Amino acid sequence: MGKITLTQVRKSFGEVDVIPGIDLTIDEGEFVVFVGPSGCGKSTLLRLIAGLEDTSGGVISIDGMDATDLPPAKRRLAMVFQSYALYPHMSVRKNIAFPLKMAGMDAAEQEKRVNHAARILNLGNYLDRRPGQLSGGQRQRVAIGRAIVREPAAFLFDEPLSNLDAALRVSMRQEISELHQTLKTTMIYVTHDQVEAMTMADKIVVLNAGRIEQVGSPMELYRNPANLFVAGFIGSPKMNLIEGPEAARHNATTIGIRPEHIDIGGDGPWQGVVGLSEHLGSDTFLKVNAGPLGTLTVRASGEVDIHHGDSIRMTPQVGKLLRFGADGKALK
Amino acid sequence: MARKVSNTRKTVVTLAAWSIGFLIFFPILWIIILGFKSEGDAIKTPLQVLFSDWTLQSYHDVQARSNYARHFWNSVILSVGSTMIALAIAIPAAWSMAFVPGKRTKDLLMWMLSTKMMPAVGVLVPMYLLFRDFGLLDSRIGLVGVLTLINLPIVVWMLYTYFKEIPGEILEAARMDGASLRSEILYVLTPMAVPGIASTMLLNIILAWNEAFWTLQLTTSQAAPLTQFIASYSSPEGLFYAKLSAASTMAIAPILILGWFSQKQLVRGLTFGAVK
Repeated sequence: MGKITLTQVRKSFGEVDVIPGIDLTIDEGEFVVFVGPSGCGKSTLLRLIAGLEDTSGGVISIDGMDATDLPPAKRRLAMVFQSYALYPHMSVRKNIAFPLKMAGMDAAEQEKRVNHAARILNLGNYLDRRPGQLSGGQRQRVAIGRAIVREPAAFLFDEPLSNLDAALRVSMRQEISELHQTLKTTMIYVTHDQVEAMTMADKIVVLNAGRIEQVGSPMELYRNPANLFVAGFIGSPKMNLIEGPEAARHNATTIGIRPEHIDIGGDGPWQGVVGLSEHLGSDTFLKVNAGPLGTLTVRASGEVDIHHGDSIRMTPQVGKLLRFGADGKALK
Repeated sequence: MARKVSNTRKTVVTLAAWSIGFLIFFPILWIIILGFKSEGDAIKTPLQVLFSDWTLQSYHDVQARSNYARHFWNSVILSVGSTMIALAIAIPAAWSMAFVPGKRTKDLLMWMLSTKMMPAVGVLVPMYLLFRDFGLLDSRIGLVGVLTLINLPIVVWMLYTYFKEIPGEILEAARMDGASLRSEILYVLTPMAVPGIASTMLLNIILAWNEAFWTLQLTTSQAAPLTQFIASYSSPEGLFYAKLSAASTMAIAPILILGWFSQKQLVRGLTFGAVK
């Protein structure tokens, strides 16, 4: 249960086509991440799947059934919102039980399911508190609990971690991943943070201006981006993109090389002066002013003894260089 | 970081605040004092008034001359009745404006408010004629209708601003959780909106209670509320300060007491949205 298929799904607000037409299949049990910059239509796409927005065209089917015109509650999907969207006047227990109450489930079964969800999410001690008395992370867990109890066909997450601080975001990210492994339910997760996308997804859907740029596993996208947009968006720090004579030498308009695929030292073909070196402990990232090549980001080991103003030589690793044509698409 | 405030400054500011408060309250205080004086003492120069004898005579006279209870009940029926009807109309209206706004919602709100900018006397003649022709003069039903309509824009506005503060995502969450429109309103929206509805209701009761233009123009005796009761003491027979004051005190006392007990709600309603 939980296969979702989008066929030529469109959405326009007045004259503006936010999503000009998307085809996508999400398989049962998959963890799919929609990623893209702000305003790329990823949240709109999620809301179309949820039924919170009406489509302007196309078909959304869930488990083989046409759900395009079904109201949100009938789609058997559960959603976790960015703002948690908990009911402030209800206790945690009542918040989690709300969808069950709406479904007309008897009290004993409600209690059983709420306790089960509370156990999975470590919320046992907070069941009688109000959302206002909880921290951000706990609130997000309540929101997830409210989604779990319904045993939905799929979970929809709309940037659920963006209101949390950095440390909590990492631990919640792991919790959600573990939850997916436990429940094995389809999850669709929207984020603008490509680190979340890389670490959590079975399949990443990169969106830009309402269009799908590429769909694939994290490492597929990382190794073989289909175009310049995906190349620049996936990976942190960003891939170095070089134009001009150096690209032409490789029969391309633009060439791309990731920071970790540039070796330092020897008599490499590229030369530059270190502008900034960021020591992260395990790694050092160097911003190198490489003259006609532009500014390159290069990863070195944590112990490397290179500083601002040093002149270095660099060699791109063989076979790691990516080539892009004039239309921005990757060249094979 | 808290700012450091010297004690002198605190004293000066406190005194100033109390003085302004006293100044605003003074006319009401003066009316209350005059109510407990004889007609002869009430027109003496201010300081003499304070030191003359206190008496309940004016209250006895007012009781003997007018039917306070009838006016009081009329005021209650008019203010509470018009407020309830206004709320019944305004809650769904504000709801749809806040959560399903259309292209013209803002214009509609401005237009509604603009009706409050017109002086009421401008429509006195047509209103009077309508009331006369429909046999509504001096009737509670007619007056409840008028009070509902004149306060409706403010009620809609207050509720609209209040509902706007309720995050739409919470309603969407309820929809995802399988709530029907009825459940969404009953279990999620109304409990969250109760403070706003309550403060709107209180404010509107006070506005309707004190409304003196239409209540004086369109009633004579049967439907006359307390405003008419006060006005009857500034009559062609002459001005009786003590009785007028006693009547005024009796008219404002109930609403003053209501306001006192509900001031927390009221202040929240009046300053709602000032700070997040």
